[in-house]
Amino acid sequence: MRLIFAGMAVLVLLVVGLLGFRGSSSRKPPLEIFPDMDRQPKLRPMEPNRFFPNGISSQPTPEGAVPRSRPVVDREGRKVFPYQNDHPVNSGRVAGTTNYLTLSPLPVSREVVARGRERYAISCVPCHGELGDGQGMVTRMAVGMAAANLHDPAIVRMADGQLYRTLAFGSKEGQGVMKGYASNIDVADRWAIVAYLRALQSSRLASLEELKSLEKAQPGTVPAALLQPKSN
Amino acid sequence: MSNIFPKWTNRLPLLVLVGGLLLGGGVVTGVTYYFTPKYANVGYQPLQPVSFSHKIHAGELGMDCRYCHNGVEKSWFSNVPAASTCMNCHGVVLKDDPRLAPVRESHEKHTPLPWVQIHKTPDYVYFNHSVHVNRGISCVHCHGKITEMDEVRHEKSLSMAFCLDCHRNTHEKIRPLEQVYNLDWKGEGFAPEREGRALAGKLGVEGSQSCSVCHR
Ligand code: HEC
Ligand code: HEC
Ligand code: HEC
Ligand code: HEC
Ligand code: HEC
Repeated sequence: MRLIFAGMAVLVLLVVGLLGFRGSSSRKPPLEIFPDMDRQPKLRPMEPNRFFPNGISSQPTPEGAVPRSRPVVDREGRKVFPYQNDHPVNSGRVAGTTNYLTLSPLPVSREVVARGRERYAISCVPCHGELGDGQGMVTRMAVGMAAANLHDPAIVRMADGQLYRTLAFGSKEGQGVMKGYASNIDVADRWAIVAYLRALQSSRLASLEELKSLEKAQPGTVPAALLQPKSN
Repeated sequence: MSNIFPKWTNRLPLLVLVGGLLLGGGVVTGVTYYFTPKYANVGYQPLQPVSFSHKIHAGELGMDCRYCHNGVEKSWFSNVPAASTCMNCHGVVLKDDPRLAPVRESHEKHTPLPWVQIHKTPDYVYFNHSVHVNRGISCVHCHGKITEMDEVRHEKSLSMAFCLDCHRNTHEKIRPLEQVYNLDWKGEGFAPEREGRALAGKLGVEGSQSCSVCHR
């Protein structure tokens, strides 16, 4: 009898010693105990794959492919698709020239500005800060990092199209410090951020009359006066 | 004849019974304790190719998850960012740090960084991120406090029981859509029984439990 108890105790110690407890950290991949159909011969996104020479299962779209994703609708109600690279809505430039669009080609509404605010908080706040003063956490924490103050007169004077191109393709047409965010922010959201940025800038430039109209406006709304970019 | 079986064999039935019970009990306990995702999955913390820290980036710098995991609200899959996303900052910050050498190399040569996937449901399960985060379910319920982890650790079991526990009581976990990416939200002024149920109704949450929802 004693032998059985001793044997059991040794067995339990052995099992616990070998297998450990629930929830302990491990570098080894999870056990798949009954691996019946756990892993099927199909590709998951981002998984390595030896079939293609570059080893990626989610292949980038081939050169010249035409993505037919959802179109953006501009102020005149026309549909613009992402493949129309030179269209003002996508390029931020007046068609056929290198001049920047003065005004956003997309309709601006309260919802658009709110959307822009949300997207600004995701992609821009780390460096430019919530107030747009260039004092985001990254700028404050990291040595040698400087982000533009978005209330700088030079930036306030930029055309909407130039702001759009800066956030999509990088500052100074891709030559500056800031890289482009085109792959992270889609076209409609880029223009929404531009619209929110205008509201943010106006918050420091508001005149007395506009402040009065602010007072009258309902809390949480952006008064129309602040949505119009200033003529310089 | 009477000496063929030695005397101790009289205790054999008892020994077999006790031994069998103990062994059987031990095996059952062992199986229930070990043969579950609570043991198999939780705690997985692989060595990553770059010592990327969510505690620094998402915690201290306060970055939104969607800066890097920008597919999470649009698709079933929550992508891990490409090296170019890191280079948005690390083109300037820690420009020549040896810890970031693989990131720079990946960026220049357009080769993928071999991040090790930690959370992975079996292939016979259909899971979808966008349906959860757009219905007020926060990352923290399924991934734990990522903002406090230097290295990501498999914190929750993601077993079928875990999924169903929430699907049966969605109002207890649901939160306002603005707070989904705020892992520190405490739920002040948001009672599950009142606001939770109201929000679940507004977002049309059914808390589906039929098998074909997850095994399609
Ligand atoms: C928004 C800017 C930003 C982005 C994007 C970013 N980082 Fe960082 N990273 C920082 C800052 C700021 C620090 C802290 C620098 C310091 O401590 O001086 C840092 C620190 C680090 C460190 C050093 C950590 C330590 O232990 O000190 C590593 C490694 C790192 N980042 C990797 C990455 C990787 C990989 C990515 C891409 C997935 C990335 N970073 C994306 C801003 C960023
Ligand atoms: C600076 C970019 C960045 C930010 C911001 C970020 N992550 Fe990550 N995340 C990564 C990278 C890179 C990995 C892959 C390496 C790793 O697992 O540590 C990752 C991995 C993960 C994983 C594990 C994925 C797997 O393999 O199963 C989870 C879960 C996760 N992140 C959640 C979050 C949450 C929640 C937030 C917001 C609080 C967040 N991340 C913010 C870059 C980021
Ligand atoms: C309802 C539970 C749940 C929620 C909420 C959730 N995740 Fe996940 N996450 C999972 C599961 C399950 C997986 C494994 C999916 C798979 O098999 O690929 C996963 C995987 C991941 C991965 C690895 C890549 C992938 O998709 O497999 C990342 C990164 C990630 N999650 C980030 C996030 C972020 C960021 C959030 C919050 C915005 C979030 N998750 C919210 C359950 C969840
Ligand atoms: C913290 C709560 C929570 C957890 C944990 C959770 N879910 Fe969900 N899930 C929801 C909510 C809320 C919805 C919203 C839609 C509904 O149920 O009507 C949802 C919806 C879904 C849907 C789509 C349902 C439909 O009607 O199309 C799937 C599939 C799903 N979940 C799978 C999973 C899987 C797999 C897991 C475990 C890895 C999981 N969920 C864990 C809360 C959760
Ligand atoms: C909310 C999502 C969800 C629903 C609904 C659901 N399952 Fe599952 N099921 C899962 C997940 C996640 C796993 C994988 C758990 C793991 O990691 O082992 C699973 C695993 C399983 C397994 C395999 C267990 C194993 O370890 O091999 C079976 C069998 C199964 N489910 C049957 C069912 C049946 C029958 C129903 C309907 C009554 C159902 N499931 C409904 C999410 C779900």
